[in-house]
Amino acid sequence: MTNTNMARAQLAQGEEAIIEFNDVNKWYGDFHVLKNINFSIKKGERIVVCGPSGSGKSTMTRCINRLEEHQKGTILVDGVEMNNNLKNIEAIRKDVGMVFQHFNLFPHLTILENLTLAPIWVRKTPKKQAEEMAMHYLERVKIANQALKYPGQLSGGQQQRVAIARGLCMQPRIMLFDEPTSALDPEMIKEVLDVMVQLAEEGMTMVCVTHEMGFAKTVADRVVFMDAGEIVEANEPHEFFDNPQHDRTQMFLSQILNH
Amino acid sequence: MAIIFKPSPSLPPPVTSVGAVAWVRQNLFSSPLNIFLTLFSLYILYLLVPPVIEWAFINATWEGSSKAACTAGGACWAFIGVYFDQFMYGLYPEAETWRINLAVILLVVMVGAFAVKTINKLYLSIAILVVYPIVAYFLFAGGVFGLEVVETSLWGGLFLTVLLGVIGIVASFPLGIVLALGRRSEMPIAKSVCVVFIETIRAVPLITILFMASVMIPLFLPEGLNFNKLLRVLIGITLFSAAYMAEVVRGGLQAIPKGQYEAADAMGLTYWQSMILVILPQALKLVIPGIVNSFIALFKDTTLVYIVGMFDFLGRIQAANHDSNWLGTTIEGYAFAALIYWVICFGMSRYSMALERKLETGHKRN
Repeated sequence: MTNTNMARAQLAQGEEAIIEFNDVNKWYGDFHVLKNINFSIKKGERIVVCGPSGSGKSTMTRCINRLEEHQKGTILVDGVEMNNNLKNIEAIRKDVGMVFQHFNLFPHLTILENLTLAPIWVRKTPKKQAEEMAMHYLERVKIANQALKYPGQLSGGQQQRVAIARGLCMQPRIMLFDEPTSALDPEMIKEVLDVMVQLAEEGMTMVCVTHEMGFAKTVADRVVFMDAGEIVEANEPHEFFDNPQHDRTQMFLSQILNH
Repeated sequence: MAIIFKPSPSLPPPVTSVGAVAWVRQNLFSSPLNIFLTLFSLYILYLLVPPVIEWAFINATWEGSSKAACTAGGACWAFIGVYFDQFMYGLYPEAETWRINLAVILLVVMVGAFAVKTINKLYLSIAILVVYPIVAYFLFAGGVFGLEVVETSLWGGLFLTVLLGVIGIVASFPLGIVLALGRRSEMPIAKSVCVVFIETIRAVPLITILFMASVMIPLFLPEGLNFNKLLRVLIGITLFSAAYMAEVVRGGLQAIPKGQYEAADAMGLTYWQSMILVILPQALKLVIPGIVNSFIALFKDTTLVYIVGMFDFLGRIQAANHDSNWLGTTIEGYAFAALIYWVICFGMSRYSMALERKLETGHKRN
């Protein structure tokens, strides 16, 4: 059933896959954290991954830029296989931006330096040009006036918007979001989601682990539900929310939507 | 009709709650125990301070050519005055000591130049770390531009102490960082080499290492192939200090949240880029107190070279105490040594505190 859903979604899109999981398995010691993941994401697709904690959704996302290694199966990103080849990994990481739950800004650098670090050292962009680009993205996330402050002087919502801008400064082809709003106070979640919606509307390929179901309904092309290391169900948002196929999905949705 | 409330003007606070009187009451006489401790401390100070001042200043003798001149009953500072040059330069020829002074002035000027905004800090660092050591070496050792050759066996006094301390610190710091990174490396060979090195060196007293450097290495090396004893001792001190430094730095590396490593990796930074640009600046800032602690310990440990026949600052003072003209001046010698060591080490400690404040960027990490 899972496979038919996926196949249908793939047919509907009919475009080239930019991320492909083929039979991916991963263990932490004895713990089987990812089980036979088969999934592909097309260029420009917005994927929302949800599921109970410990279901492997963050781990799967982090395999895409190899912050986690998988032990079996293949992952192709932009046609490049993610294996122990350090050159490949570094090349893919240039094109894959990542936003973390805890922002992970560099506290010893100013906001501007946080944004220009990777363009200058990885892309070899001249400093002046990198700064112009950084200011451009800071304006887009509406915190250009904070450019010379340090991360510790900003609120959580502001820090997360800086983190998104930092990812965008590398002009990535894919953006990964690992629970970007989970560590934020409720009143700050909206400002971060607004930036993400805007980004989605511009056609960025996005993989987003989140529990923000409103966000999933508005922007996702497909919602992926994971449980116990497996992809249980993947479907278009209205199908996923209105007509969940699997018991586990139904239970999960009833738990997070009715409180 | 509105009633307007007019507060009467405030009275000045009672004299017992502000100013010096209040401070004394709060901090020194706030309870019977504190009253007792305050009075007891005052009594101890009364017992100690006047005699010391009397000995060091009022009854001290400042001029003279032998212990016999010190008749006032106080400190015999004339001893320090007569031997001052030897304490500073060891047996370095008197006519050539300007070379040491020049090198010191040069270093002070170059380090001071960091405060000038228009100077390129990178070039200045290269000048200090690469060009200066070469210049200083030829100034000290001579043999070029008509400078008289001065054997390293003549180098001594505070000059030798500072030389050992500075070179030991400057060389052991980067080595310690590399060892710390190696110990946390995922490459099994690099990791085990670093672990074995650190654990071996840390398990051996510095004296043993200095003995090995000065006595055993020449025995093992083939005839004719030998190198300078000062260099051997320097290498020994550097390796010893690097092992301790490595563990201090490792503490800092472990305190950096995993998210920082991941964020740097996710951007596509290489291992060395992420270490140099992201991790080390944070880790080293965290362990500045530990680093300076090691530096201060190293600086004082350099006195151990005395036991392998090198006369550093303390060594020269002890040697001078054996001069038959100055018998009985041991206390003055050690007091002088303590003062100089204290000034240098206290300076390092204050500098590290200033550095910590300067590098503070607002908040703690997230």
